[in-house]
Amino acid sequence: MDLVTFGVQLLNAVQYGLVLFLVASGLTLVFGILGVINLAHGAFYMLGAYTAFWLAAATGSFWIALVGGVAIAFVVGMLMEDVFVRRLYGRDHLAQVLLSFALILILDEVRLHLFGKDVHSVAPPDFLQGSIQLTDTLSYPVYRLAVCLFCLLVALAIFAVLRWTKIGMVVRAGAENREMVRALGISFDRVSRYVFAVGIALAALAGIVVAPISTVYPGMGDGMLILSFVVVVLGGIGSVAGAAIGALAVGLTDTFGKVFFPAFSSVSVYLVMALILLWRPNGILGRREV
Amino acid sequence: MGGSRREAALAALTFVALALLPLAAPAYYLQFGAKVLLVGLAAMALNLVVGFGGLVSLCHAAFYGLAGYTLALVSPRYEAASLFWTLPLAVGASAVAALLIGALSLRTRGVYFIMVTLAFGQMLFYLFADTDIAGGSDGFYIYTRPELALGGLTLVDLDKPTGFYLTALATVALATLLLLRLTRSPFGQALAAAHENERRARALGFPVYRIRLAAFTVSGALAGLAGYFASVQFGYVAPQMLGWHFSATILVMVVLGGLGSVTGPLVGAAAFLGLEEVLKAALPDHWALALGTVILLVVLLLPGGVRQLADAALGPLSRERPPGKPLAAAEGATGA
Repeated sequence: MDLVTFGVQLLNAVQYGLVLFLVASGLTLVFGILGVINLAHGAFYMLGAYTAFWLAAATGSFWIALVGGVAIAFVVGMLMEDVFVRRLYGRDHLAQVLLSFALILILDEVRLHLFGKDVHSVAPPDFLQGSIQLTDTLSYPVYRLAVCLFCLLVALAIFAVLRWTKIGMVVRAGAENREMVRALGISFDRVSRYVFAVGIALAALAGIVVAPISTVYPGMGDGMLILSFVVVVLGGIGSVAGAAIGALAVGLTDTFGKVFFPAFSSVSVYLVMALILLWRPNGILGRREV
Repeated sequence: MGGSRREAALAALTFVALALLPLAAPAYYLQFGAKVLLVGLAAMALNLVVGFGGLVSLCHAAFYGLAGYTLALVSPRYEAASLFWTLPLAVGASAVAALLIGALSLRTRGVYFIMVTLAFGQMLFYLFADTDIAGGSDGFYIYTRPELALGGLTLVDLDKPTGFYLTALATVALATLLLLRLTRSPFGQALAAAHENERRARALGFPVYRIRLAAFTVSGALAGLAGYFASVQFGYVAPQMLGWHFSATILVMVVLGGLGSVTGPLVGAAAFLGLEEVLKAALPDHWALALGTVILLVVLLLPGGVRQLADAALGPLSRERPPGKPLAAAEGATGA
């Protein structure tokens, strides 16, 4: 493999990892703060992509689709927390698994009635169309570069909020030790709702930004959900930094697995997970048992 | 353990009654009955680790499907393979997969365990869906059903609905007997003890990891047994058999039937599949929505499953633990 091809694959891996991070960071925080395992997280990724397709087709603008899709996801997340998720606090994992599985069935049906079951594509914004010519035969789409940059900015924003704001401090403390934060008299009601809604909005955002790269199709959430779980298991539950490491590890493994061992590409990610589990059963940055 | 003895008697009576069904029911109901029995067997297998072991596994569909795929791959196209060697092979494949996945997954606890089993299960799903080992996402036909014959003499004709139904019933009855004995044995008691309070079980010297791994392997093998016969029934295997949606569906059946008993999941499977048929007939366009809503309501309102409804109407039947309690206890033990 020459250097240019390697560079292109590396960029692909990083871009994939960054998108995964957006989905997985929401998942890991929702578990860390709310103590809820949400199998329907992938469904929101899928719904985000479909909403983007619908808004882009209706308005002709990718930007409206981006902002509108995230806003809708945030509001839906707030409502979901209020109506369903709230009832799961303190329930056992089994109830959470079943309830979020039921939500997947319901959300799939909602998607079917709102958007149908067709496969769609979304056009990237005009000035991000086209590609950069690298060599005579190789070129790299501008939009993929923009996705890299955009996801990186969002990731930095997540870290900045967690690091420097009061709500970020509560979230970090809660992920570390939920009971202790409650004992200190900090109310989780509002924080929980925002964390859940932001998690959903991030999943939808990831679905929206990848819509122009991949296609929009009904089963897209399932694959993403499983990979996000792998990311969370790799990084350690509740750890956003762990999710970043896990997401990049999965992105690299998947992309280079496809290049070097095409026959085993579908299992390479899980083999890496198996190895990490042998080494650190609670994830790379995980400290506690949950 | 009086409850469990009563459960065994009740199960025996039910199986005898079910064995008489071919005298009265038309072939369609026998086929549906066999489907319920086999999916119910998978749910009973899952319940050994979920209800008795307190371990929420989301990869049992993989063991179920793997046995089916094993049969499909070894079946010759134009002649029937003997059940006497394909069945042990298929169940063995599921047991080995369960042993390997269990050995890794059981290093983790609680929610990690759920995620890790889900991921390994999907690994097997993608292995069959994305590669052309066995037809990829289109699935794979078993052109000729295996035969149950000795020395050229057919013992039971699996092509006939009655023959297949009775074979499935006998298989499920034997598996039920095995599970009833297993859960009452010292091994089963130790498994339940590790569920009730892991730290105490460990302090008493129980090899908790090995006990759980053994239970997980037996459970995976029994799920494979169900999957083997299910693929014989339909003459077809598809990656969806291994997918996690099926794992979650049999988990719903387990909860619907109540976690505390061996045979509850069979009742849960009958209730779930029956409801699915009714909803598909009544609401052809919205049945998935209705089913999702029913699951939602059961989880929110009926943590003890249909048994809780029966209890409310008739007073408590056989039950060893109050509904919903075992998992809460397990969570307390692992510090979540």
